[in-house]
Order: sequence, then structure tokens, then C-alpha cells
Amino acid sequence: MLVKKKKGVLQELYLIEIIKGLFITLKNLFFAKKVTIQYPEERRNYSDRFRGMHYIKATNGVENCTACMLCPTVCPAECIHIEAGERDDKEKYPVKFEIDLLRCCFCGMCEEACPKDAIKLSNIYEMSTTHREVYEKSFLLEQRGGK
Amino acid sequence: MDKFDWLAVGAKAGFIVLVLLQVVPIMVWVERRGSALMQNRLGPNRVGPLGLFQSLADVLKFLWKEEGAPGHVERFYYLLAPLVSLVPAFMTFAAVPFASSIMIGDRLVQFQIADLNVGILYIFAIASLGVYGIIMAGWASNSKYTMLGSLRSSSQMISYELSMGLSVIGIIMTFSSVKLGDIARLQGETLLQLGSLSIPKWGILIQPLGFLIFLVAAFAETNRLPFDLPEGESEIVAGYHLEYGGMKFALFMMAEYLNMTTASAVISTLYFGGWQLLPGMTALLSWAQEALHLSGMGAEALRVGFEMASFGIKVGFFMWFFVWVRWTLPRFRYDQLMDLGWKVMLPLSLVNIFVTGLMVYYGWI
Repeated sequence: MLVKKKKGVLQELYLIEIIKGLFITLKNLFFAKKVTIQYPEERRNYSDRFRGMHYIKATNGVENCTACMLCPTVCPAECIHIEAGERDDKEKYPVKFEIDLLRCCFCGMCEEACPKDAIKLSNIYEMSTTHREVYEKSFLLEQRGGK
Repeated sequence: MDKFDWLAVGAKAGFIVLVLLQVVPIMVWVERRGSALMQNRLGPNRVGPLGLFQSLADVLKFLWKEEGAPGHVERFYYLLAPLVSLVPAFMTFAAVPFASSIMIGDRLVQFQIADLNVGILYIFAIASLGVYGIIMAGWASNSKYTMLGSLRSSSQMISYELSMGLSVIGIIMTFSSVKLGDIARLQGETLLQLGSLSIPKWGILIQPLGFLIFLVAAFAETNRLPFDLPEGESEIVAGYHLEYGGMKFALFMMAEYLNMTTASAVISTLYFGGWQLLPGMTALLSWAQEALHLSGMGAEALRVGFEMASFGIKVGFFMWFFVWVRWTLPRFRYDQLMDLGWKVMLPLSLVNIFVTGLMVYYGWI
């Protein structure tokens, strides 16, 4: 319901209200805390659950991934391409592990599906490039941390 | 007019044009930083110290923009319109005195480009020419939105010019002159003597209502918020300058800021004593003249400098006021704007004339 506020004569005149308003903006100009984050120097702090650039976790320099193909299966954007191979000790490992970044929608389902805690989404969000980016295994194996 | 006069007029005109051209980028910066700080942001602070060179960067960008016109415009008027709105903005300043006079040799030099005997009328005439640029732009752009913008602009001008002109009549009646030089000079007289403190006869003290009406009308005349109906992103995309880009758009923007400057100058001349020294500056001036052991020509030059500074401070304050109000008040709706113009401001300005007439008749002022 529209409630009409009762206004006094001075309020009807608006002039005093306008002057009050002017001083509110002036107060903001001088004293209010500014909310701008000056980007290259300051950065926004994202939560630990933020889903940014991918990486493959490694233990003792060997990737955790066993090329079980769960992440390409679950990936809704179909951006993960894995070619499996066999190590000398008969262990399965990804010969090729590529993530087509242009297709990735950063849903984080690969991270959830991974039984080996291998594929991870880090906190890094500065990923702009000038060419079509396909992350290769060597690049993904850099431990970017965050998790 | 002999050689000396030509030289003096040329120097004054050159000085004014240079100053006005410098004012525009600074005002754009003030507007952007000021609005940002009021909204708890920081605003442009990267280019140069405090972001002062941001306007330069903007101008460079404007200059490098593609110079094109849409196919559906009336080309001649389309190109003419920015100039038509820019040139009057410069021209108005010609009648505004920015300091008193000085004797150079045996010649009296007025610090006013042209001391016209029609003074304030000239300013009104030229200032309303500026709206032709807006109308021309809207019409020649041949598009619905620009049309609507310029229509709004013209009706707004008509409604507010009326009360603006009427509000000034009070001032003209009290000083019985339309020459801005006279009006500024007469405001130096004493209105009230309170002991050693003499209150000058500034326009605002004798014409508070007239000042208020003039101030509001000046906002409407310069198309500034809360009366910026000719523009409006949500209703008419951009308003009259929708089809303009690059430097042509920048000219419209320059015209807006120049109009603002002129309006501030006229307000300070009519109601705040123009170049009359601010309270306290008189003592400072005599102190400075003593301290520097100046006499004759030097002292006079210092006085003129002080007067220019005083005028500059007043104009600067009003320009800041324009920015300040813009980022404080919400916009008017169109019918509210018309209501205010015709039903409030016009009767009030008529009342003002009547009251002033009575006061002049009984010799109170």
C-alpha cells in the first residue's frame, strides 16, 4: 500500500532537504571509506573454493593421475582429452593430458569426480591470452597450489 | 579604436579563450573524480598525478576516433550543430568583467572583453543561441531519440529562460544598469555598516529570492542535473547527441562545460560581487602591497591580480556547486520539470520583481 508521508512546510519547500543532501554527499566525498580495489596492486581475495586455473597434483614429482577417464566422462564441456599409457611398473598413466581452456566452463566437476585427487582447480583467475589456449600436461603439472 | 585598443581587446579575448579551454579538461576531471569520491569510488587516478591527465588521454582518444557520420543524417546541419552549440558558449564570456580597470599610461583598460551597453541582455541572447545547436543536432540527426531530446531541450529552455530573465530584473532594478561592469562595481558599495565591519551590497543580500530562481534556472539552462532531460540513457538512449561520435561529440561536451563556466561567472557577477574582493582579501591585499613595497603601477597590478583571484574563487565554487548538485539530486520527471518552471519559478520571479519595485520605490535599497 502506498503510504503518503506527512511533510511539513519546510520539507515541501525542499530547499533545506536539498542542502542536507548536499552535505551528505560531501561527507561521503571526504570521509567515507572507498570501496575500489586498485587491481594490479591490490587483488580481491577469493574463497578457497574458487574454481580457477587447473593443475594436476603430483606426489614426489609423479602425477597422481592414473588416466581413469572419469574427468573427461563427467566433463559437460568435453574439454579434457587424455591418452592413457603404461609405465614400466605396469601402472597406468596419462601420456597426454590436455584441457581446452576455451571450452572449459569451470564447473569443477572434474575435481569432484577425480578419485586420485589429481586434477585440481586453483585460485588463479588471470588467464587471459591472445591465442586459443590448450593446457598441456607439462603445463598442468606445475604445482600452482591453492589446494 | 586605435592600435592600443585592438591590442588590449585581442589580449583579453585570447586570455579568456585560453583560460576557458583549460577549464574544460579540469572540470571533466573534477566531475569524474568528484562523482567517484561521492559514490565511495576512486575514479580515474592513473594518468598523471591524481589522474589529472586523464582528460588529455580522452581528448587524444576522441581525436583518433573514426570520423564518420551515419547515412541518414542531414550532413550540413549535422556537422554545423556542434559548432553552433560551442561558439555561443565562448561568446557569452565576452561581457563578463573578470577584474576592475587599470590605468596603463594614460589609458583606462577595462578587464572585460566588451563593456556592452546591453550587458546582461547580450548574455541572455547568446546563451539561448546555444540551444539552437542542440535543436539542430536533434533535427539533423534524423532519428527519433535525438528528436525527442532536442524537443525536450527547447521546451525546457523556453520555460526556464522566462523565469531566468525575470529573476534578473530585480538586480537590474536595484543597480539601474544592465552593464555587467556597472553591476559588479556597484556591488562594492556598503549595504550595512556594523561598527568597523561593512557589509557589501552583494546581489545575494538584496535579492536572495532572485538568486535562488536564477540559480535553479541556470541549472536548467545548462542542461545539468537535476534538469538534464535532453539526455537520458533509459528513455531516449543518449538524447540529442546520439548520432555523434569522436570529436564532434566532444564539442557538445565542451559546450556543456563552457556553459557551466559562463553560468557560474554570471551568477558570481550578478549576485556575489563579481571581481569584488572576498571578505578578508582586502586586508591581505594591503598587507601584500606593504610587504612588497609596491606603489603606483605595481600595487595596481597586484590589486587586479587579487580581483581576478577573487573572481576565480567565486566562479570555481559555483562550478564545483554544479558538480556537487549533479551527484546529489535525482533527476526530475518531465512534467515535474514543467510544473516547477511554470507554476513555481515564474510566479516567484514575478513576486520578486514586485517586491523589489516596492523596495526601490520606498528607497530601502
